[in-house]
Amino acid sequence: MFIVGVVLGLYKFLPDFLMENDFSMYSLYALMLFVGIGIGADSNALSVIRETKIKIILVPLCVILGSLIGAAVTSFFISKISITEAMAVAAGFGYYSLSSIFITEISGETLGVIALLSNISREIITLLATPFFVKYFGKLGGIASGGATSMDTCLPIISESTGKEWAIIAVFSGVVLTIIVPFLVPFILTFI
Amino acid sequence: MIPVLLLMTIGLILGYVLRNKTKFILFSNKATTLIIYMLLFLLGIGVGLNKTIISNIANIGFQAILITFGAILGSLILAYITYKLFFIQKNEK
Repeated sequence: MFIVGVVLGLYKFLPDFLMENDFSMYSLYALMLFVGIGIGADSNALSVIRETKIKIILVPLCVILGSLIGAAVTSFFISKISITEAMAVAAGFGYYSLSSIFITEISGETLGVIALLSNISREIITLLATPFFVKYFGKLGGIASGGATSMDTCLPIISESTGKEWAIIAVFSGVVLTIIVPFLVPFILTFI
Repeated sequence: MIPVLLLMTIGLILGYVLRNKTKFILFSNKATTLIIYMLLFLLGIGVGLNKTIISNIANIGFQAILITFGAILGSLILAYITYKLFFIQKNEK
């Protein structure tokens, strides 16, 4: 969808009302309402939080802190990107669709595209490098790298290179991160 | 961005109250996917029309990858420490 849009935009092959691009803010509001409803209605999302032991909470916590700190450090090497912006991009945890849309609305298209590319590449890198990560960074490596994608697209490779018993932790971490993305991204851009 | 967080919270409560209305929840999930695709489409159009982005795409892509490397490496290091501290002992017992 994104690429179709890019091509259409490049060749200006569009009706005028789409080029104005004004109603995306209202769509975002509607989207937020629906995302909220989806989470609230998901009995899994709630029971997963209720039933877990404290130790498992450490896994998504590592991913959140690690991603934010890692991105903050990286931002010193990129002159055009502030700490806040880098942290907001990293707070997508691989959930590229939702995070890039948020960032576009709040900080503009350039950072939105960075968020899209960065989070897609997080998924791709995890798919390719999980066996390596598990070998050198312990059994949590693939889960940590996958972020929010550990629960779906990256689950097969994680389960294969780490073992089936770790799949539950992968899903748990992925679910927690997926739920947190729509809160954390606007929070970082608004308050930090 | 306060309205976004507020709407999210309203949605959470609404979803929890209406969690047994299967039809409504299915509709809400479908609407979520549809709006995400539509907004990505609009973002695509905006990018295609935006000359600054198109002419700097290599540079922008490089920045994106750098942030990803930072984020993944940070996560991996913390995960490694957590694994050594909290997860290994359990397996050895």
